[in-house]
Amino acid sequence: MSNSISLQINGARRELVLDDPRTTLLDLLREHLDLTGAKKGCDRGQCGACTVILDGRRVNSCLTLALSCDGADVLTIEGLAVGDKLHPVQAAFIEHDAFQCGYCTPGQIMSAVGLMLEGHADTDPERIREAMSGNLCRCGAYAGITQAVLDAQARMKRQAAAGEAA
Amino acid sequence: MNRFDYVRAKTVPEAVAAAGQAGTAILAGGTNLLDLMKGNVVQPTRILDITRLPGLSEIEISADGGARIGALVRNSDLARHAKFAGAFPAIAEALLSGASAQLRNAATVAGNLMQRTRCPYFYDPASACNKRSPDAGCDALGGDTRLQAVLGWSEHCIATHPSDFCVPLAAFGAIVEIDGPQGRREVPFDAFHLLPGTTPHRETALEPGELIVGLRLPAEASRFAVHSRYLKIRERTSYAFAVVSAAAGLRLEGTRIVEARLALGGVALKPWRASAAEAALAGREAGQAAFAEAAGLALADARPSGDNGFKIELACRLVIRALQAAAKGTPSRPTALPASLVNLA
Repeated sequence: MSNSISLQINGARRELVLDDPRTTLLDLLREHLDLTGAKKGCDRGQCGACTVILDGRRVNSCLTLALSCDGADVLTIEGLAVGDKLHPVQAAFIEHDAFQCGYCTPGQIMSAVGLMLEGHADTDPERIREAMSGNLCRCGAYAGITQAVLDAQARMKRQAAAGEAA
Repeated sequence: MNRFDYVRAKTVPEAVAAAGQAGTAILAGGTNLLDLMKGNVVQPTRILDITRLPGLSEIEISADGGARIGALVRNSDLARHAKFAGAFPAIAEALLSGASAQLRNAATVAGNLMQRTRCPYFYDPASACNKRSPDAGCDALGGDTRLQAVLGWSEHCIATHPSDFCVPLAAFGAIVEIDGPQGRREVPFDAFHLLPGTTPHRETALEPGELIVGLRLPAEASRFAVHSRYLKIRERTSYAFAVVSAAAGLRLEGTRIVEARLALGGVALKPWRASAAEAALAGREAGQAAFAEAAGLALADARPSGDNGFKIELACRLVIRALQAAAKGTPSRPTALPASLVNLA
């Protein structure tokens, strides 16, 4: 079977040939495409640092075989901001001091974006914590992360409402 | 991870033909398979990607209340399917209590049935494991046994089945639809996973070349919808396997139990349906006396496989809590922490 795949990554079409079928989506992003935002923490699906959005939903890219993604649409942390304008989730993470070392942050942010894309936005902090439980933060910035997600949801809701009014 | 060839099946017959070849592993969500391959626990020489197979991603609810779930339906899609979750709330609750959002988005329902035990000795290629290599011995015996089985284990294997989803599937009598070289066949859920006996490397009823194409829930299973719960005790609030878990369903007339369904997770190498307890509950008043008796019957044959006698008492108490919660009624909205005891009265 051919090892060439076609992917839409952060809005750009990429035609890729994989020299090794073992390549995970995470390795493809980091080693082949120089998109190093997604992190290799545990590499076993336990920490969430590698979280990206695959066809509209968040997955652990470390447990996703790149060849099986042929034809898919991938969104990474590098595809969130528009020029210098941060995505509301990115802005809220800064505002709420939702990180310390920052290693888990791209995964946390993509997980929060995925949570909203999947339609699970909620004002109950308990539900947000549960929905974000696949992302570990060893600095323990969870309180800020929860607040950032709640705030980003509210901002995006306001923006959407303003957009509809205009 | 060892090198392998990657092939993609376009049709079910093509997948069946390819699946029977030696050294082949089937890839769907990949959440367990890739993990096992990275740890060199399994070393397939060929990966058969079945994610593109047509017609296996549908959820159908029939007019009589039964359901058919395609093998490739993602766990999150099934859990959030409003009609399905309404008819089978304990199954949705079990799904939402398992793994993380990322994993549920990738993992398929058939893959959930096929996932391997999380016994640490199975996961460690340096340890002896009869499941990984037949007749190698079992280093779990006399080792770290805290989370191992208390029901149905043998001297050859004391591991547990890790699934949440499979526990209510056992309780509500799901049917596994299989396709293979000899054609289609169906296996009742209770006969799908095998107890270890002397052959712990044989884990399911699947024969070489066979694959799961779907799951069915009989219409009668939806009659428990208003009194169904799945409860799970784990070592952290979220994103952890069950120490013990229980799925309970009741059909009530007033306060009298007409029919009960009960299964346990985390206690054996298969989801453990408690048929004797179900029978004893029928006709009884829903309450502490009947629930305690049912719990005793459910764990009557339990014995520690090491330093895990606590799981027997814990499972007894959890059965009582699950039956109490089911009797109280299915929550109108899934709880903030699915399957958690935190929000129980």
